[in-house]
Amino acid sequence: MALDKPYTDVPGTTIFDADQARRGYHLNQFCMSLMKAENRERFKANERAYLDEWPMSEEQKQAVLARDLNRCIELGGNIYFLAKIGATDGRSFQFMAASMTGMTQEEYAQMMIKGGRSPEGNRYSSEKK
Amino acid sequence: MATITSSVYTSHVPAIGAALDLGKSNEPYWQPVFAGYEPSKAWFNENTPDVIFLVFNDHATAFSLDFIPTFAIGCAASYAPADEGWGPRPVPVVKGHPELAAHIAQSVIQDDFDLTIINKMDVDHGLTVPLSLLCGQRSEWPCSVIPFAVNVVQYPVPSGRRCFNLGRAIRKAIELYDEPLKVQIWGTGGMSHQLQGPRAGLINREWDNAFLDRLIADPEGLANMPHIEYVREAGSEGIELVMWLIARGAMGDQTPRVARRFYHVPASNTAVGHLILENVR
Repeated sequence: MALDKPYTDVPGTTIFDADQARRGYHLNQFCMSLMKAENRERFKANERAYLDEWPMSEEQKQAVLARDLNRCIELGGNIYFLAKIGATDGRSFQFMAASMTGMTQEEYAQMMIKGGRSPEGNRYSSEKK
Repeated sequence: MATITSSVYTSHVPAIGAALDLGKSNEPYWQPVFAGYEPSKAWFNENTPDVIFLVFNDHATAFSLDFIPTFAIGCAASYAPADEGWGPRPVPVVKGHPELAAHIAQSVIQDDFDLTIINKMDVDHGLTVPLSLLCGQRSEWPCSVIPFAVNVVQYPVPSGRRCFNLGRAIRKAIELYDEPLKVQIWGTGGMSHQLQGPRAGLINREWDNAFLDRLIADPEGLANMPHIEYVREAGSEGIELVMWLIARGAMGDQTPRVARRFYHVPASNTAVGHLILENVR
C-alpha cells in the first residue's frame, strides 16, 4: 500500500521528500561542496572532471553542466543546495528562479513587483492551462 | 521564574540581509520593507529581553544531507555567522544561553519531543536576518539567543499541530527555570513563496493575511492545517510558516495583544509578514 502524497498534483512543483532526497543525495552533496572556495575554483577550472569525482548519475551531471535547474530538481536536487551552483556562477537567486519559469530575469522581477504569481489556476495540475 | 513576555514573527529573506549589509535600505525597492520594521525596532528597544528563543531553519548551510534533525536546540555559548557562499554577513557573533538551553532540552525531551542537541553550529540568514530587522545594525547583539532549528527543507516537515504542542512544552520549560529571565520567542520564515520549478514566484496575499488573523485569534484551529494547504496556497517554501506555530504555542492561553502587524510584497521572491504579540498579564 503506497504512502499518500497529495502534493504530486501541484503544478510546476516538486516536493523534496525522502524519496527525492535519496535520489539526489550525491547531487546535493556535490552542491554543498561548493561552499568552499577551493572547490569552487576546481569546479570552475574543469566542471566535468569535478563532477566525475562524485557518484552522480550521468543525467544529473548533464543537468548540472546545462544549468537546467528544473531537470536537477526532477533528478533529486533541492533548490537550497542547487543555489550554490548559481552562487559559484555569480548569479543572483532571482536569475535562478527566473530560469525555472521560462521568463527572463527582468520579466520575473516585474511579476514579483506586481505582486507575484497568482495562485489562481496554479493550485492543481488539472486546472493548469 | 523565567517568563515569556512576547513573541515575534517575521520572514527571514536573505536579500533583506544583503540589502542592509550593502547599504541599500533607502533604495525605493527596499525602503517600504525597512520602514515597516521601524516601529518594531522602537518596540524592541523598549522591550529588550534577556534571551530570545529563536525558531528558524537552516538553508543547507550548517546541515547538509548527512544529518537532518527535525528539531535541534542550540546549547553552545556562541554561534558565528555562516559563510553561505558570499562570505559571512558582517554581523556580530551570536551569544547563546547554554544554561537555559540545556534546561529547556532537559524538560522538553522528557515531554516526548526528541530534540537534537547542537553544541557547535554556524548560523545562516534564517537566524541573523530577523535579528538585524528588530535590533538594527549593531556592534553586538543586545541579548542572548537560543537558536532552535526546524527541518522545513526535506519533507515531511513536522506538522503544525506538533509544532504548536512543542511550543507549549517550551513554555512550560521556560516557566520552570528559576532565574527571573525575560524571554521572547520568535518564529521566523515565510510567508508565501516558492523558489523552485515553473511555479516559482507564487505569492498569496489573501491567504497570508488570513494566516496572520488566525495566528492571532485561532492558533488552535490553524495548527490543524495540513501541509498540502501550505504547499498549494503559499508555495513549496511557504511551509516554513509551521515554525510560527512553535512561537505561538509558547504564548499564554489568553488572546495576546497585537503590538505590531506588517505585510509587504515583495522582498525578492517572498511575501514579508511580521507580527509582534504580547502576553497579557
